Amino acid sequence: MDFLPTLTPEQLTAINLSLRIGFTATLCSLPFAVLVAFVLARGNFPGKTLLDAVVHLPLVLPPVVTGLLLLLLFGRRGPIGAFLYEHFNITFAFRWTGAALAAGVMGFPLMVRAIRLSIEAVDPRLEQAAATLGAPPLAVFFLVTAPLAAPGLLAGAVLGFAKALGEFGATITFVSNIPGETRTIPAEIYLLTQTPGGDQDAIVMSAVAAALAIGALVVSEFLAKRMKIETRGLSS
Amino acid sequence: MISVDVKLSRGEFSLQTAFASDSKITALFGHSGSGKTTLIELISGLARPDVGRIEIAGRVLVDTEKRIFIPARKRGVGLVFQDAQLFPHLSVAQNLRFAEFFAPKEGRRLPFARVVETLGIGHLMTRRPGQLSGGERQRVGVARALMAAPRLLLMDEPFASIDVARRTKAMELVELARDEFDTPVVLVSHQIEEVMRLAGQVVMIERGRIVEVGAPEDIFASAREETPSDRFGVGVSLACGEASFDAHYRLTKLHHPAGDIFLPDRVPPAQQTRVFVKAIDVSLAHRPPPDTSIRTLLRGKVVSVAATKGPLAMVSLELKGGEKLFASLTRMAVDELRIAPGGEVYCLVKAVALDERQVESV
Repeated sequence: MDFLPTLTPEQLTAINLSLRIGFTATLCSLPFAVLVAFVLARGNFPGKTLLDAVVHLPLVLPPVVTGLLLLLLFGRRGPIGAFLYEHFNITFAFRWTGAALAAGVMGFPLMVRAIRLSIEAVDPRLEQAAATLGAPPLAVFFLVTAPLAAPGLLAGAVLGFAKALGEFGATITFVSNIPGETRTIPAEIYLLTQTPGGDQDAIVMSAVAAALAIGALVVSEFLAKRMKIETRGLSS
Repeated sequence: MISVDVKLSRGEFSLQTAFASDSKITALFGHSGSGKTTLIELISGLARPDVGRIEIAGRVLVDTEKRIFIPARKRGVGLVFQDAQLFPHLSVAQNLRFAEFFAPKEGRRLPFARVVETLGIGHLMTRRPGQLSGGERQRVGVARALMAAPRLLLMDEPFASIDVARRTKAMELVELARDEFDTPVVLVSHQIEEVMRLAGQVVMIERGRIVEVGAPEDIFASAREETPSDRFGVGVSLACGEASFDAHYRLTKLHHPAGDIFLPDRVPPAQQTRVFVKAIDVSLAHRPPPDTSIRTLLRGKVVSVAATKGPLAMVSLELKGGEKLFASLTRMAVDELRIAPGGEVYCLVKAVALDERQVESV
């Protein structure tokens, strides 16, 4: 275990940045993912198939295309990007926030999928029971649906986080590869493989990436098990 | 006053019913798939009729013509689901508090402690629904619906999974809700026992249509022929005074205004005891039979005889002291003994037919 001291400051920066981008992307997209998953699981409206297709788009499009679309929409002169810059002074282009946006968008379909499945597994009659007791829809969601779907919410969040850590194509297209700003672990690895004699470091960084991904899975397994103990006897 | 007039079609199934009931407890009676549960969903607001109007105690809940549809949560209609539908992630106490929290802030409420005590669920408070038996879950379900202080209580086969001894007590709670809090009840059931005991009016449904509306005795007289097995469910619970125990014969003698009731073994000591007597365990005689093995003789008067062309007849009796009793006899016996309303009879109950499950202390 003596590879830790061999990490260069650049590599540590990349790891730090990746984690920050991963958490930001996951936390910011989670509420939207839950909302969309709920609408898809429980809703019954004309445009449902279309919404489902749009949500899945980042999964099927080449990441580079997603990155390009983000650049066109959220760039300084893009319609959304310009609006956000003028009114809220938020910039995405070539910033770590842009990397987080790209990571969030790429992980979105995965999160929605996992959360939607877990919401669909909640018996709608429990929600009906809550409604007949006088609970308004938001209370039903937060007190009944969400707690029962919690393991799926967690699984979705972990998937989204893992995806955010590994995102490369859309990120590099949208926000380039700027050290300390948008150079995440995958970007760092890519750069190292392009540098003569960088193979060794590339392998070390890959190991770090693998450790982070596995760590996230282990933590989520642990949390899911605790949740299961809390709702023991759920199915009986 | 409940008035329902609705039409709904769902694929193959179509429901078209209209009834009104003034009774405090109305029973929707029919086979499974007859549309009872759909009707419950319509009244509670979980389903919308294609066309129709639903009114409860002067309040219009649905009127498709006037585009009125009050959502379930604003109806004040409590629903006890067939399988309780308790929140599995909450403890029993939390399930009840959930209902209490969302109950209308104004108006009368059932006190938490009293509901818990009457349903006998005090020892379950910290448990989760997954750790309860079917009967316990159902009792908590009834308690939870009551905690929401509903203006109308809908019960979808609520006692199906409660054992006989507890059932009487659970039914008493329904009567308590009705009497003390003026909550009318609509009960879905295919148990004649429940309907006979509780309902003032029965709405009989078949394949989405109402076949008959009327008092339980009248309805079941005509229904008997088609549902011969149902006579096993009919019975009443009799309130008895203090018990005395004969150690030699190991028999308990319960005091009742119409006569002493004997049953095997000791029953838990109590000021008052209830015994559930099934219609099929009761025989009738005009005089006390001189030599019979039966020890329990109750004096009563025939109120009505319900018989059709089938083999069986159901006799409703009023015991001395005012309580009701049912006897299931053959039509032949009714004719040969000339059993008719107004006649004084002796009701014979076989002690061995009673067991401690049918007895409960009050």
